[in-house]
Amino acid sequence: MEKIAVSCEEPSLDSPVDPRFGRAAGFLIVDPDTLEFSYVDNGSSQAMSQGAGIQAAETVCRSGAKVVLTGYVGPKAFQALFAAGIKIGQNLEKMTVRQAIDKFKAGEVDMATAPNRMGHGA
Amino acid sequence: MIISIASGKGGTGKTTVATNMAVSLGGDVQLLDCDVEEPNAHLFIHPVINEVKTITTPVPDVDMEKCNLCGKCGEICQFKAIVVIGETVLPFPEMCHSCGGCMEVCPEKAITETGRELGVIERGSRNGLEFVHGKLRVGEAMSPPLIRKVREYARPDVLTIIDAPPGTSCPVIASMKGADFVLLVTEPTPFGLNDLKLAVGAVNILGIPCGLVINRSDMGDDQVKIYAEKENLPILMEIPFDRKIAEAYSRGEMIVEVMPEWKEKFLKLYQQIEEMSFHKNH
Amino acid sequence: MKELVVISGKGGTGKTSLLAAFASLVKRKALCDADVDAADLHLIMDPRIKERHDFESGHAATINLDTCTQCGLCRELCRWDAIGEDFIVDPIGCEGCGVCYYFCPEKAIEFPLKTCGEWYLSETRFGPMAHARLGIAEENSGKLVSLIRKEGKKLAEKESLDLLLTDGPPGIGCPVIASLGGATATLVVAEPTVSGRHDMERVVELAAFFKVPAMVCINKFDLNPDMGQAIEVFARERNVTVMGRIPFDPVFTKAMVQGKTIFEFDDRSEGSKAVKVIWENLVKGLETSTCWGQS
Repeated sequence: MEKIAVSCEEPSLDSPVDPRFGRAAGFLIVDPDTLEFSYVDNGSSQAMSQGAGIQAAETVCRSGAKVVLTGYVGPKAFQALFAAGIKIGQNLEKMTVRQAIDKFKAGEVDMATAPNRMGHGA
Repeated sequence: MIISIASGKGGTGKTTVATNMAVSLGGDVQLLDCDVEEPNAHLFIHPVINEVKTITTPVPDVDMEKCNLCGKCGEICQFKAIVVIGETVLPFPEMCHSCGGCMEVCPEKAITETGRELGVIERGSRNGLEFVHGKLRVGEAMSPPLIRKVREYARPDVLTIIDAPPGTSCPVIASMKGADFVLLVTEPTPFGLNDLKLAVGAVNILGIPCGLVINRSDMGDDQVKIYAEKENLPILMEIPFDRKIAEAYSRGEMIVEVMPEWKEKFLKLYQQIEEMSFHKNH
Repeated sequence: MKELVVISGKGGTGKTSLLAAFASLVKRKALCDADVDAADLHLIMDPRIKERHDFESGHAATINLDTCTQCGLCRELCRWDAIGEDFIVDPIGCEGCGVCYYFCPEKAIEFPLKTCGEWYLSETRFGPMAHARLGIAEENSGKLVSLIRKEGKKLAEKESLDLLLTDGPPGIGCPVIASLGGATATLVVAEPTVSGRHDMERVVELAAFFKVPAMVCINKFDLNPDMGQAIEVFARERNVTVMGRIPFDPVFTKAMVQGKTIFEFDDRSEGSKAVKVIWENLVKGLETSTCWGQS
C-alpha cells in the first residue's frame, strides 16, 4: 500500500496527530501494512511566517507519501498537495497517529476535495 | 512641488487637510489619494471621473510543455510564490512580489508574465483641481505597487498634494519618498504623540523637511507641543475641536465649504510650506 | 480559546480605546496588539516586558564594492531601481527579492537576514500581552502580525485563558489580512461619517472574503445619527450583527491622556455605559460563533 504522511507532535505512532499541517512539528511517514515508519522534521516550516504550508507540502511530496492525514490543511498547502497528486484526509486531530492510520485503513476517513479553513496570513 | 500629507496615527485629519488645502488653492493643483486601502478624499472632492484604469502587477505563467521541472524558479523565489511539486509547477500569484527572478532564471524559457489585479486608478477633476486615486482590490495584500502607480500621475509643472495612508511602514514610505515636504497631521493625545514620533522617524530616514498640523488642538494635553518644540518641528496650523467641523466632515463637507473664513488659513498654511521648502532649496 | 479581532478600516475610530475598555470588563483573557505599524495599546496597558525578541524577516542586498566590477547586471535586473549608479543599494528601495544576489557574476552581493523589529511578551494589570514594534520604514508587517497573534494565542493557552483580544491595524491590506485569518470573529468599529461608512464597507467585504464572521459597532453615533443608521442598515444587509452605539464622549480622550481605560477613569460615563452593552452583546455573539480560532 502507498505510504502515508501523518502530521505528528513527536516521532512515534502513539504521538497525537498535530492538528496543523503547515506548522506541524513533523511528519511520520508510515507504511500502513507493516506500520514501519520514518520521521521528517518540519521545524523550519514552523518558524516561517508565511508559505509554511507550501513548504510542508514540498516536504511530504519528497518523502514519497501519497496520502496525508492531519487536522486541517490551509488553502495554499491544499493546492500544492493536490497538484502533487497527494490525497488529503483532514479533521483527524484528537487521536494518535496509529488511530488515524487504522481509521484510514478501515475506510472511515473522508478524503477532502476542498480546504477546510482559511489561511493565516497575507 | 510635491507635498505629502501623512500622520502615523489614523483618523487625525490627513484627508481633511489635504482636501481643504487643495480646494483652497484652486487651479494648477493635483490631489493624489495614495491611501489606496481606504481612499476617502473623493468623498469630499466629488470629482467627475473620466478615466478608470485597472492596474496589474506581473506574476509568472508557466508553460508546462517547456518546463523540465528543474526547480530553479522555486529556489530563487524568496516569497514562496512558485513551487515545483511532484510533476508540476505551481505559482501562487497572490504571494508574488513581481521581481521577475523566476522568469530570468528559467533555463527553458518556460516562464512568461501575466498580470494580477492590484486594483483600479481613477482620474477626474473638479473646478480645475485634478484628482487621482487608487483603490486596492479587496483581498489584495500589497498596496505599495499600486501607490507607486498613482504617483506616476504627478506632473512636475503643478503642485501635487498627496494624501498618504496611516502608519509608518512600506505603504507610507511609498507615499512620502521623493516628496519636497511632508505635512504631519496629529492630535494632542498620547496615541497621537506616540505615532507622530514614529512618523517623524520615517520622515527623517527619507530626509524630507516637515511641519505639523495639530487637529482637535484643544482636546488632550500639551505633550505634542512640548515634543514639537524639543524637536524643532514647526507647528504650521492648529484646528480646534468644533462640533460644526466634525458634523460637516461626517456629511462629506469640507471645512472651507461650511466656514469659508478657513480658506485664508489653508492658503497661509501652503505659503508657509512653500517658504520653508524654498529656504531649504536655496 | 476564542480570538476577537477589533478592526475598523478607517483609522482613528477608537479601536484601541474600545479594546482597552473591553479588557477592563472581562477577567480571563490575553491581549495582543496587532497594529504593529503604529502600536498604541501599550500606552494604556503599561506592560512590564518579560521577554524581548528580535523580529527577523526577509533579506536585503548589500554590494561589496571591493569585488564589484560594476558590470551593471544587478541594476538591469532590479525592478525596484534600488541600486544606484554608485552600486550602493538603497535599503528602503530594496524589496528583498534576491535576484541581484542570485545573478551577480562576481558573487559580490551579500543577502543577509534583516532584523526589522522587536516583539515582546509582557504582563499587564489586565493579564498577559503580546505586542511588537515594527522598525520604521520596514516591510513585512503582515508577517509580524501573524507572529504576534500566534504568540498571543500561546500566552492565552499557557494560562488556560478562554479569550484573546486582538487590536488590529487600519486599512484592508497585508497587515489587516494577516490579523483576520483564523480569527473567531471580528468587531468593526465604524464612525458615522462618509469616510467611516466607505471604509467600513470595504473592511466588511474583506472579512467576508476571508470568511471571518463580522460584527459592527458605531462610535460617536450622535455626530451624525442618519449616517449611523445607514451604516447599521448596510451591516444588517450583509449579515453583520450590530452590537451597539457609542455616543461622542470626551471621556475617551480624557482616559487616554491618563493612561487609563474609560472604566478606570469614569465607569458611569455615557461612553462606559454604551461600551458595557456592546460587550454583553459581543459575549453572546462569540458564544454562538461557529468558527473557532484553534491554532
